[in-house]
Amino acid sequence: MELIEIQGLSKVYVDDETETVALNNVSLKISEGEFVAITGPSGSGKSTFMQILGCLDRPTSGKYYFEGKELNSYSDDELAKIRNEKIGFVFQAFNLLPRLSVLDNVAMPLVYKGVNPKERLKKATEMIKMVGLEDRADYHTSRLSGGQKQRVAIARALINEPKIIFADEPTGNLDSKSGEVILDFLQKLNDEGHTIVIVTHEQYVAQAAYRILHIIDGKIDSDSKVTNRRIISKEGFTK
Amino acid sequence: MLSLKDSFKMATGGVLLYKSRSVLTILGIVIGITSVVMVMSIGKSAEGYIIGEIKSLGAQNVFVLPGRQPKGPTDSAGTLINDSLKQKDLDDLAKKSNIPDAVRVTPYVFGSEAVSYESELMEGVMVMGSTDYIKSNFDLDLVEGRFFDNYETEQKAAVVVVGDEVRKELFGNSYPIGEKIKIKDQSLMVVGFLKNKGAGSFVNFNKAVIAPYTIVQQKILGIKYFQRIIVEAKSEEYVSAVVRDIETLIRNNHNIDDPEKDDFWIQTQEGMANSIKTITTILTVLLASMASVSLIVGGVGIMNIMFVSVTERTKEIGLRKALGATNNNILNQFLFEALVFTIGGGLVGIVLGISFSLGASYIAQKFAQINLPYVISVQGIILGVVVSTAIGLIFGIVPAWRAAQKSPVESLRK
Repeated sequence: MELIEIQGLSKVYVDDETETVALNNVSLKISEGEFVAITGPSGSGKSTFMQILGCLDRPTSGKYYFEGKELNSYSDDELAKIRNEKIGFVFQAFNLLPRLSVLDNVAMPLVYKGVNPKERLKKATEMIKMVGLEDRADYHTSRLSGGQKQRVAIARALINEPKIIFADEPTGNLDSKSGEVILDFLQKLNDEGHTIVIVTHEQYVAQAAYRILHIIDGKIDSDSKVTNRRIISKEGFTK
Repeated sequence: MLSLKDSFKMATGGVLLYKSRSVLTILGIVIGITSVVMVMSIGKSAEGYIIGEIKSLGAQNVFVLPGRQPKGPTDSAGTLINDSLKQKDLDDLAKKSNIPDAVRVTPYVFGSEAVSYESELMEGVMVMGSTDYIKSNFDLDLVEGRFFDNYETEQKAAVVVVGDEVRKELFGNSYPIGEKIKIKDQSLMVVGFLKNKGAGSFVNFNKAVIAPYTIVQQKILGIKYFQRIIVEAKSEEYVSAVVRDIETLIRNNHNIDDPEKDDFWIQTQEGMANSIKTITTILTVLLASMASVSLIVGGVGIMNIMFVSVTERTKEIGLRKALGATNNNILNQFLFEALVFTIGGGLVGIVLGISFSLGASYIAQKFAQINLPYVISVQGIILGVVVSTAIGLIFGIVPAWRAAQKSPVESLRK
């Protein structure tokens, strides 16, 4: 079964009576276990695409099936539940709360799921260990480097064992070395079976995926398999 | 569903984010609740004090006064009558057959006069004329000497009992008993002197002299009426029967058919206590509602800060929504934050209000010798908690609702 299927999806922004078409009649399928990179120039509609796929926004028209269920009729609260339980996000700007500790940032999705504090602590600690920051669990995130922040964000994205991870320019705010570490994480997560969608405008980042969707002017310009995937490192890290 | 503890933790996190701003924000609420609690506590305390004074007059005592009870602040017609209670009224009231449930009937006349002893002169002394029942009516104690008796009253004996301050002023350290003082050419022999009674009573007996009413009426004040007659009932339960009998008797004596035209009125302890309670309640409500204006100002301040906070933390709202927060989660988070402000401010205000009112009682007792009791107004505390919660809800709901309605995509973009 497809994890995601969209049919004839469009998104039109209306601003002062001028219409901007961000997505124009896009159809697509993503299966479980895929690693997809969405690329395209800025303003092409790739971010809008990811936001709709991530249930952060609704399409103007077209159908969206997630795990076979049509989401168009879902209420805001039902979409929030899907974001909470099925989707993990990694953002370009990390989006951590600086006043909270690493632990509390990572555990935040569990709070909204209604998990008790003891269980939260246990799972968050596990996740932090997985991204190699166990000695910084009690730090406020403002004291971390960019690369460390993005690892915290990955731990947060994974804590609810989501079906899919959306990463929006995850290396965009990082130096190249830290960026490579993050890509390495994503590749290994994919090797372990996680479905990953990454949005980037950089070709060498996209080359880390198995499939590249190139978007221009709100349409899928090309949808290609990566024959010679760029492998960042060989050793696994979660097992 | 988010647990209460998590909501609280989130809210305090938000409040502590800008500490000095938060302190300034709650200041309005603190001041408002402090004033309300303080006004209510002091009001209760003052009421307790006055009621205590009235109680000291004795629940079994019925006061008969000349004139008519004023019906309102502008009704002064009745107070002009002051000579309606005559000797005949007193004699009839004293007859057992007329008022069967009365045990004692005591007349009172009084006026402010200058009193002298040799070269010493004291102005503004309360000269009281009564019988020796005054002793039990007002719970008076002698340091030395004696009170005049009924025979002396009948005989218009020129004897007098002096209050503590009068004795000190006129006699200094010399022994007063047997000495003669002068009031308006009438000389009176001191037969006893009173213990200090403490300030704050209705009648300041320290600055008074007490003589048989007969001599005070005729030789000093030159009047033929009484300003008060106290009729003491057998006990509290007989008060209403005594009141009825007095009314019947005096109306009969004065040929009054219509109670509206009474030229006398009757006070009981219960009646006085009730009117005092009415007055203090009105005053307390008035003052507390004035104080609560500052609560509205405080509430608006909190709403303002909550709007700022929601705008500043748009990105946080977007993030929380991306991670699975529902609109209600966000609404609750910001509403809780407003409540932490107002309830926190309210609790501080309650503590301050109580402290100030206890402090006021302490100062009154210590420096003004007024026995203002220590009272903590439970109503004030409940009101403080309820009002601060209500303000949090009322002024917090709009900013919180606005936060909850933000779209996750646009919030994240900020």
